[in-house]
Amino acid sequence: MENQMNHQPQDGQFAIQASHMDIYYGNFRAVKDCSLEVLPRKITAIIGPSGCGKSTVLRAFNRMNDFIPGCRVEGGILFHGQNIYAPDVDPVQVRKLIGMVFQKPNPFPKSIYENVAWGARINGYTGNMDDLVEETLVKAALWDEVKDNLKKSALALSGGQQQRLCIARALAVKPEIILMDEPCSALDPIATLKIEDLMRELSSNYTIIIVTHNMQQAARASDYTAFFTMDPDRSGIMVEYGETSQLFTRPRDQRTEDYITGRFG
Amino acid sequence: MINGHETLLSSQTPEMTRRNRSASLWQAIFFGAIVIGIIMLMVLLATIVNQAFGLVIIVDKVPAAALSDRPLEELSREELTTILQNRLSKNRFKTIQRDHAIETMPLSDLVNLVIDNVVQPQVKKSYPLLQSILNRSEILELAKSDYPDARVEFRSWLNRRFLTSTMSPRPETAGVRTAIMGSALLILITIVVAFPLGVGAAIYLEEYADSRRWINRVIQTNIDNLAGVPSIIYGILGLAIFVRALEPLTSGAAFGVVGQNGRTVLSAGLTMALLILPILIINAQEAIRAVPNSLRQASYGLGATKWQTIWFHVLPVALPGILTGTILAVSRAIGETAPLIIVGASTLIMKDPDGVFSSFTALPIQIYNWTTRPQDTFRNIAAAAILVLLALLLSLNAAAILLRNRFSRQ
Amino acid sequence: MTSIARENLFKAPSRMEFLKKRFRKLEFGIQAFLFFCGFVSILTTIGIVFELGKESLLFFQTPGVNLVEFFTTTTWQPSIGQYGVLPLVTSTLMTSTFAMLIALPLGLAAAIYLSEYADPKVRKVLKPILEILAGIPTVVYGYFALTFMTPLLRGIFGQQTVQIYNTLSAGLVMGIMILPLVASMSEDALRAVPRALREAAYGVGATKLETSIQVVLPAALSGIVAAFIIGISRAVGETMIVAVAAGAGPKFTFNPFEGAETMTGYIARISGGDLSYDTPDYNSIFAIGLLLFVITLGLNIISRTISRRFREVYE
Ligand SMILES: Nc1ncnc2c1ncn2[C@@H]1O[C@H](COP(=O)(O)OP(=O)(O)OP(=O)(O)O)[C@@H](O)[C@H]1O
Ligand SMILES: [Mg+2]
Repeated sequence: MENQMNHQPQDGQFAIQASHMDIYYGNFRAVKDCSLEVLPRKITAIIGPSGCGKSTVLRAFNRMNDFIPGCRVEGGILFHGQNIYAPDVDPVQVRKLIGMVFQKPNPFPKSIYENVAWGARINGYTGNMDDLVEETLVKAALWDEVKDNLKKSALALSGGQQQRLCIARALAVKPEIILMDEPCSALDPIATLKIEDLMRELSSNYTIIIVTHNMQQAARASDYTAFFTMDPDRSGIMVEYGETSQLFTRPRDQRTEDYITGRFG
Repeated sequence: MINGHETLLSSQTPEMTRRNRSASLWQAIFFGAIVIGIIMLMVLLATIVNQAFGLVIIVDKVPAAALSDRPLEELSREELTTILQNRLSKNRFKTIQRDHAIETMPLSDLVNLVIDNVVQPQVKKSYPLLQSILNRSEILELAKSDYPDARVEFRSWLNRRFLTSTMSPRPETAGVRTAIMGSALLILITIVVAFPLGVGAAIYLEEYADSRRWINRVIQTNIDNLAGVPSIIYGILGLAIFVRALEPLTSGAAFGVVGQNGRTVLSAGLTMALLILPILIINAQEAIRAVPNSLRQASYGLGATKWQTIWFHVLPVALPGILTGTILAVSRAIGETAPLIIVGASTLIMKDPDGVFSSFTALPIQIYNWTTRPQDTFRNIAAAAILVLLALLLSLNAAAILLRNRFSRQ
Repeated sequence: MTSIARENLFKAPSRMEFLKKRFRKLEFGIQAFLFFCGFVSILTTIGIVFELGKESLLFFQTPGVNLVEFFTTTTWQPSIGQYGVLPLVTSTLMTSTFAMLIALPLGLAAAIYLSEYADPKVRKVLKPILEILAGIPTVVYGYFALTFMTPLLRGIFGQQTVQIYNTLSAGLVMGIMILPLVASMSEDALRAVPRALREAAYGVGATKLETSIQVVLPAALSGIVAAFIIGISRAVGETMIVAVAAGAGPKFTFNPFEGAETMTGYIARISGGDLSYDTPDYNSIFAIGLLLFVITLGLNIISRTISRRFREVYE
């Protein structure tokens, strides 16, 4: 499995690295023996048919699975040389460094300003909050649209704006990695393109892992792609992982080829 | 062929006519059940209103005319005081002087004092509203023949005087002020105790408890069961625990209060808190459960701790629902009577409650007490007290509905 | 590297250190407090069981009291050492039966109307009215029984036949009180029946009535039975209506026009006076309370077991 990873990272280290990870819901093994090395400041896409465990793997990266009763992760995820599933690791601390953007935009029912500021505040940010909010909203390409009504409720924004606000909210905590689970699936094509541009912008500073159903999106917007599928026993497995251009043009595995050419059942 | 279809689709076939007739009969029966419910509600309200207003035949022990040639209302403070002094025994006058500040009290209260103590109007007979309207002339006639020197007047038993006077053994002068204050204090204690405990338990069960752990399942099942325990059992519990076992605390003896037993408003409030706790918890749980999970995930995704998530995101969204649920639970407590009887609310008490360690009475207790007296006039003031209680409940429920509407609009 | 990602927002010297588990005192304290809040309900139950049990034990140790006589003899007169609980139980049964005779048919019919017939607008008006009925304090129902229902019964059946205090009046009014509860629980059960089932019945040409009675009602039956049992439990535990209208003084009778004290009525009357501790009177309210607790708890558990089964079918 490790051999599939044929690109060494430039500075000789991975941003985060899952190794031989099994994820269970109760007795059901949803993900089987997944090893995935994510390169820093790159966009890594996870694609695959519905139910193959993409979201499950993504949530494993910042221990969001902890909230699902009965969900259990075996194996490990290495982050700064530390297994984040080790008993002495604090999941809250993990999430401060690995942020998440969800499928449906989920801003807090508060003002735009509060949405951005809250995360930083609870994380002990002591600098100038107005500056941070502005800086973050600029990064999230939302500043121009909302700068005049920061006090307005975030729920009054359009879906695409809400999703960019959610990205801004994640950025304000200053994470290293941002996980995105189908961030564009609830958005129209124009809003989707905006988010893709934004991801590209952000990738110079952040590591981004994105789950997507949209193969064009993965091909367009990502540097690396991991393809997952389901075993006959319904567990998800990673079939192939490599540079996006290679995976989409010269897939090494028959199953990948079937999927990207649309021959998948 | 065409004909055949027509008869098949028509509702005029004997078969369909029979089925349709029985269908509409049954629909009428189903609807009738609700109508009966509504009629009963109206009859109930009408019964109470009927008893709360009506003609009364009053005989004064000492007619006001014998006291002065002018109406009492026009007399000065000195004249009124003189009347009291002349007409009452020395001891009685002293008692009154001790209990009331004759020199400073409002003149209208002084007039009432004279009426209560000297004129002493007695309601010889009282008629319900309906009878008062329909048989007015017969009543007047009867009054003339049976009570020659009586006055007949239309009385609203629910009046300012009734709301502002204390308890009294005589229905003519009895009021509900003490009872209202008792109920208010009781409810205050109930809320202060039950609200934090109930919301806390609901948060625990919804946000912290892993339902696969046996202890959490036991807690949840137990709460569901407690919600069905009759209120009188809570009364017995209150009697055994708060009134008796914890007497040093609930009587205030541990805090330097002397001469009080455990039958205090504090004991009653604690009992009532336990009584509404299961309902409050279940209502609050529902409100918390209605908060979308995406909000929690968003918060956790930012590195928030559990409590930060609950405090900043879950509770603000759930609050209107929690408050609505609390109001509904509290309005149950306001009308509860049985537990108060058991923990020993007093029925005849003149003194307003002046703290958590005082004896007390409450609105429903007064209603019960007056209802069980044989005299008609007690029925009348019981009805008036019921109107007060219902008004109280109605305003609480209106508040709950307003809250609910604001909640659902969001 | 001037990227934000490298800026150190956090005081931690290294990432390793930063990720380390930390003890959050506030979080721990709050969780402990919240658990305590939940645990209060357990303490309440323990309190009820312990106190009722302890005092009942004392009661059965009083000279002249024994368990067999308690459950089999028909005179309750502590003053002459007669401790047979049956008269209190039978009158409780009588008032509850009358109540359910009103509440069951009317409640079920109202539920069918609300769930199957009423259009949403009508429903929106009718439901709150039933809720008002449910929200009226029981002492007010007691007043209603005494000033309206009893005179009515005496008018119909004759002053000689019907005593001022009687179990029928109390039972009937109690039925009105319980009606909204039965109606709303039954309605929930009816509405939980999937639409597809109704559509299937309409599809084979059934009328609305036939669908409601022969398809929806049987499907919701266990939910409705659960509602009935909860209704019975409420009737058994109801105190104020019987305390006001059913009469004071235990009497072993099956005549609905006679007064007879129920278990709850007895407890309320005895504890209403100045009750001194550790007398047979005092202990007896715990023994009767225990009996009441066991009966209502049993009914509630049965009801919830049945309705849980019902829910499992449709989820
Ligand atoms: N909370 C849960 N409890 C039990 N099983 C779950 C849970 N969440 C997901 N699963 C199961 O785990 C498997 C993987 O689910 P997951 O949501 O990760 O798939 P996915 O690839 O993200 O699918 P989609 O593309 O539809 O979002 C599925 O078989 C699913 O049924
Ligand atoms: Mg998914």
